[in-house]
Amino acid sequence: MAYQNIFTQVQLRGHFEEGVPLDANNDSRFGPFGYSYWLGKLGGFQLGPIYLGKLGLASLLCGFIAIEIMGLNMAASVNWDPVQMVRQLFWLSLEPPPAKYGFTFFVPLAEGGWWILAGGMLTASVLLWWARTYVRAKELNMGTHVAWAFASAIWLYLVLGFIRPMMMGSWAEAVPFGIFPHLDWTAAFSIRYGNLFYNPFHALSIVFLYGSTLLFAMHGATILAVGRYGGEREIEQITSRGTASERAALFWRWTMGWNATMESIHRWAWWFAVLTTLTGGIGILLTGTVVDNWYLWAVDHGFARIYPATGVVDPSTLPGAPQ
Amino acid sequence: MSRFQKLIAIGLPALLLAGCEFGAKEQEQVGYRGLAMVQIADPDTKAKVGEVPAPPYELTPDQLEGDKASAVYQNVQVLGDVSANEFNYLMQAMTNWVAPDGSNIKDAGCTYCHNPENMASDEKYTKVVARKMLLMTRNINQTWKPHFAGYAGAEKASAGQENAGVTCWTCHRGKPVPTYNWSTAVPDPGTITGNKRGGNTPAQTVAYASLAYDPFTDYIAGKENIRVGGKEFPTKHVVSIQQTEKTYGLMMHMSQGLGVNCTFCHNSQNFAKWEDSRPQRVNAWYGIRMVRDINNNYITALGDVWPQNGKGIYGNRRGPHGDPLKVNCATCHQGVNKPLGGVKMLKDYPALKGPYGAAPVTAAAVPAPPAEAPAPVAPVASAETAKPAA
Repeated sequence: MAYQNIFTQVQLRGHFEEGVPLDANNDSRFGPFGYSYWLGKLGGFQLGPIYLGKLGLASLLCGFIAIEIMGLNMAASVNWDPVQMVRQLFWLSLEPPPAKYGFTFFVPLAEGGWWILAGGMLTASVLLWWARTYVRAKELNMGTHVAWAFASAIWLYLVLGFIRPMMMGSWAEAVPFGIFPHLDWTAAFSIRYGNLFYNPFHALSIVFLYGSTLLFAMHGATILAVGRYGGEREIEQITSRGTASERAALFWRWTMGWNATMESIHRWAWWFAVLTTLTGGIGILLTGTVVDNWYLWAVDHGFARIYPATGVVDPSTLPGAPQ
Repeated sequence: MSRFQKLIAIGLPALLLAGCEFGAKEQEQVGYRGLAMVQIADPDTKAKVGEVPAPPYELTPDQLEGDKASAVYQNVQVLGDVSANEFNYLMQAMTNWVAPDGSNIKDAGCTYCHNPENMASDEKYTKVVARKMLLMTRNINQTWKPHFAGYAGAEKASAGQENAGVTCWTCHRGKPVPTYNWSTAVPDPGTITGNKRGGNTPAQTVAYASLAYDPFTDYIAGKENIRVGGKEFPTKHVVSIQQTEKTYGLMMHMSQGLGVNCTFCHNSQNFAKWEDSRPQRVNAWYGIRMVRDINNNYITALGDVWPQNGKGIYGNRRGPHGDPLKVNCATCHQGVNKPLGGVKMLKDYPALKGPYGAAPVTAAAVPAPPAEAPAPVAPVASAETAKPAA
């Protein structure tokens, strides 16, 4: 073995780890399925058991229907040609209803009805999966932090595809399902509403997004660096001299004057991640509903600098201009 | 390190870089610092500036005098005010520009438009088209000067200098049909089968984005509003994301048609705002109107002169939807922001500048004052939507 840390797991083969017994309110689990050497390189080397349950099954079913609607619509758009389906996959799209339908559920399937249906199914799938993360955490007598972090991401998803279109009164404001199409939507959305970079909530969201990666790198690096002293046993070491925990804390006090604690670093990370989508969702929701042009808003509020104008005059405002 | 790991270590970064264009780029700052106002070009992929053919022979001043073409030839409807000598000179140039002798074009030379037995006859549709195109060229050079108006400081210094203008060569480049043209896309079916919603296709027209691939029909033949940005809150919400994407598609066409970035015209901090845009945006604004004029009042106005596809003697002149092939920005520009590098080719062909004796239009193009001094006075636009004579 080329590299070994004090907390590198040794892959023992023998009886499967079955997990704790669950009471009668629970469904049965599948697996364990087996061991994998390469899985063990990335994480646990045992696959399963997996708890699917009613919520999980319903979620997978809804998700499958959603993906199926998207895929079949895309396949139809290339006249069911599998070769073109593969070649053009990144360009293909299932688009929301055009603006003329406003925000109503009664849209012909071929004109965006399929989009509403796929979106509804995807939403059901995501919400069921959320409930599953909540219930499973409860069953293990854990806190529900994972579920609430997931809820923050769902908030942004719902704002983009449902809440904001509802407030704007038009499905056409929603994001299409498609790889390049949703990126084009993003660019067009920013241009339509006067440059999203001047949206302070967008700015906050970016701060938390990039901050998350920074915190992740700092924390991951710190724990790996003190692995040789058993740094993964964070909490039990917290009060002892000379331990990995103390060295890690000292390192950050020396380099930046202050350290997070073994508890607070995880709260930092959790909040940064949660606030990324929370502030992002607020920013999207305000766009078009409250602020029509973020650049003009930012100039108005002293948030953007005014640069020297080039003095170009809109030719359409000149007398005798062609139309 | 094992061989496998080495392979990964070398192969993975190489794969990640596969989408990059190697080599030094040309950069030019075109606006206030710190605003990404920069033009970036890859010298390897930059469009070549087209060559300009020499005039058939030198046109001397005394050749401009003498009998008018209308007196010497029959059925001269547009160039009647031109001397017979200059008329012949121009006919020779036009032949070289559109259907040059010795090319593999069918009926190349005079016979591409004329019946050699009776040069005055209009029996070939190409002659009727050529006549309309002469009217169009004169109209462009006379009424659309703001599109060609100089904006750079050097050109302002030598104010009064002639604009480049256009000749047949600007678009045709030795071909009967200009290389870059467009026609209306076939409409989508009412069902989902084969329905791409007018986009979602790697289309060249919009630089292979998934944007609407026919931004031309509504914007540079039709007069639909291209502007999408709101001016202030509250704005009556009328422009949808889909419309924005169509505008975006048109801008992608303009960008690749001219071989420029967005910041050639716009300040990307707020695309809609004119006061922070570059003066080139004014040229583009007139260009859009000019192209509408060309497409509607000249090309489409020819109607059934254009043969139905499969019926023409020289091949198809209409798109799949049955409308004639029309012009967009790329038709003249061909990937270069000044067609033919801005060569003032028109000066050798005075007959194309407009009808002789017509009062010259004072083309007061919108000037571009230096960045420190915003324009205090709104200049007057001069281009009028002149209706063609025929």
